[in-house]
Amino acid sequence: MAGAAPIFDEMNLADGAVRPAYETLARWLKTIPTDLLATRSREAEALFRRIGITFAVYGDAASTERLIPFDVIPRVLTNDEWVRLSKGLTQRTRAINAFLGDVYSKREILRAGLVPEDLVYRNPAFRPEMNQQPVPHGIYVMIAGIDIVRVDADTFYVLEDNARTPSGVSYMLENREVMIRLFPELFSQHRVAPVENYTDDLLATMKSVAPRSASSDPTCVLLTPGLFNSAYYEHTFLADKLGVELVEGRDLFVKADVVYMRTTEGPKRVDVIYRRLDDDFLDPLVFRPDSALGVPGIMSAYHAGNVTLANAVGTGVADDKAVYSYMPEIVKFYLGEEPILKNVPTWRCREADELKYVLDNLPELVVKEVHGSGGYGMLIGPKATAAEIELFRHKLAKDPSNFIAQPTLALSTCPTLVEEGVAPRHVDLRPFVLTGRDKVRIVPGGLTRVALKEGSLVVNSSQGGGTKDTWVLDS
Amino acid sequence: MLSRTADNLFWLARYVERAEYLARIIEASTRLANLPSAYAGTSNEWESAVATAGCAHLFYQAHEKATRETVIDFLAFSPDNPSSIRSCFEIARTNARSVRTALTVEMWDAINAAWLELSKYRASGLNQDEHLANFLSFVKETGLRFDGSAYRTMLRSDGYWFSRLGVMIERADNTARILDVKYHVLLPGAEQVGGSLDYFQWSAILRAVSALTAYHWVYKESLKPWLVADLLILNDQMPRSLAACYESIVRNLDSLSLAYGRQGPAQRAARATRTRLENARIDDIFQSGLHEFVSDFITENNRLGAAITQQYLT
Repeated sequence: MAGAAPIFDEMNLADGAVRPAYETLARWLKTIPTDLLATRSREAEALFRRIGITFAVYGDAASTERLIPFDVIPRVLTNDEWVRLSKGLTQRTRAINAFLGDVYSKREILRAGLVPEDLVYRNPAFRPEMNQQPVPHGIYVMIAGIDIVRVDADTFYVLEDNARTPSGVSYMLENREVMIRLFPELFSQHRVAPVENYTDDLLATMKSVAPRSASSDPTCVLLTPGLFNSAYYEHTFLADKLGVELVEGRDLFVKADVVYMRTTEGPKRVDVIYRRLDDDFLDPLVFRPDSALGVPGIMSAYHAGNVTLANAVGTGVADDKAVYSYMPEIVKFYLGEEPILKNVPTWRCREADELKYVLDNLPELVVKEVHGSGGYGMLIGPKATAAEIELFRHKLAKDPSNFIAQPTLALSTCPTLVEEGVAPRHVDLRPFVLTGRDKVRIVPGGLTRVALKEGSLVVNSSQGGGTKDTWVLDS
Repeated sequence: MLSRTADNLFWLARYVERAEYLARIIEASTRLANLPSAYAGTSNEWESAVATAGCAHLFYQAHEKATRETVIDFLAFSPDNPSSIRSCFEIARTNARSVRTALTVEMWDAINAAWLELSKYRASGLNQDEHLANFLSFVKETGLRFDGSAYRTMLRSDGYWFSRLGVMIERADNTARILDVKYHVLLPGAEQVGGSLDYFQWSAILRAVSALTAYHWVYKESLKPWLVADLLILNDQMPRSLAACYESIVRNLDSLSLAYGRQGPAQRAARATRTRLENARIDDIFQSGLHEFVSDFITENNRLGAAITQQYLT
């Protein structure tokens, strides 16, 4: 692997010139005093705090509500780049849906020997309850948040397929609103593709996957674990923009395999549930019996085909990091196409020779738990202490199949306002892909996350990452 | 709408209303307590503030004596008092967070800003009159801002009606409570003729429900106890009177029954109480006992709250 690949700066070329997409923005950055940027940045923070965009940090008892830092300098993508990305994203989600439909029914890909059986069957996210159970319209993942990183002018890698309950879309939407408020002049100088239609697209997607027994105007709701969930703000935000009820488990009940919500006018039938509640908590009769967040009997209504869950139950088997490494094969197998978006080269520690390579090269690699998320439980070799590396060597030897390893990627950087002024910081991108019965919808851009610490590659909000507005420019 | 949402809206409005009432009680008590005893009598105003706030039992568990310091701390800040202004704002904000979708941005902003602002005030600082005055006007302004936001921005549908019901049930309870505690100063007494000691008590009652100016406009007379009672109980022009609260309660319940196509026990109970208020005359009320009338009303009002919960909110 190339350890010393140059870091791709999305604004500046090596010779100090500016990439065309950033020309206007770079000029603006030169004219605007840094202290004015800092003032705007504080105004943005005040706006976010006022509207109540906070997120809870697990294990941080002192401040259960925190703001995700917002960077006022937008990230720019050209239309050409976006067209390619969105084709790749569409292809990837089609493949994920085909894969899920297959592993819960005919299992052709397993029989073809392309994906090891135990990776599916022994996967904690695999739900035997979904075996041979049709889902409405055969769609499993209606909402995907696919994490993309960029390493050079032409290469975008998929870092992670989030096919369960991806979050962050409210930041994408609110970041844009705040930018338009703070920097109206930038929006008259650029033609930025809008994102505000996301929630309309989401509602259309939800309605399109309503069960056949629903009325012609299906009732959609958003199911939240409640106030104490870290993404609660986002749930309220989305329900509000969608114009659907934000329900908790206790607001729903099941009678004769039909789901109802308790309303001031009596029970009302529910057809489509955008659930932001993990599989484990959905139905205490089927999954965790101690779950007070779920709805007893909802799985039986689901199997009876009387309600659509978005996303379907058991989608986690497709976004698992071990299955991830097979995604190129999965795309080819179901679609007969070459993958448009590449995977990050990945070593599967479950395979002996790959494990050996990983153990021999730990200081250069990133090692991740297959089922982990949110940047927890990973080793970043080049940044780790000798003791941390030894700890992982031990973990790897003990349970190799629980880990994958990837090269330390030179994530691209974008200009970012930090204490010392404007400086490059590493970014990633999470576009949101909506799959309905009729079509796939993606609003241009997505959520850009930025690692605010110099040199840091961890963009997760739970670990000090921030966000930026993401612009797709009309060419 | 979801029953839980309606329940949250109802209680959110109640807690904001309660906080404002507590601020007025503290304000009126401070004024009275500052008067020379030749004007205000020798009764302990802070004791009656605790009684008026309806938390005497809890208060005396925490404090031996009702003084300015203990009462203000308990009514404004104490976390041990589930109805302190702080607790009211905290519960209100929690309710608001869990019904964000049912609130307008302006309403959320009013309640969230109040919650953020609250942390600036400390009990100890309120020993200084200026800080106390700032704090109380902040609380009252929050009430106005929340109420005004609801009035100006909410869709006129069930969410709005439940929110109004919360305000009105709470408001009726508050007005009735102050009458319940202070009824004795309104009763005709021996020394009634010629400059009563109770004069400043009457004006304090009116102040506590922001009705002092209204009194003069309505009656064009100096303060008379039976007219004070008339204003607070029967005068439907006076927004905090029991009659006006029930006008509004009946109207909002009617809107609900019209929208939902059916009515129930809550509508019938509210109408019965309103009719009683409409037909009552203040002389008769004094005749048959002001205290009995008011305590019966408090019971009925509580019952109506329970009926609304039963019918819509669970």
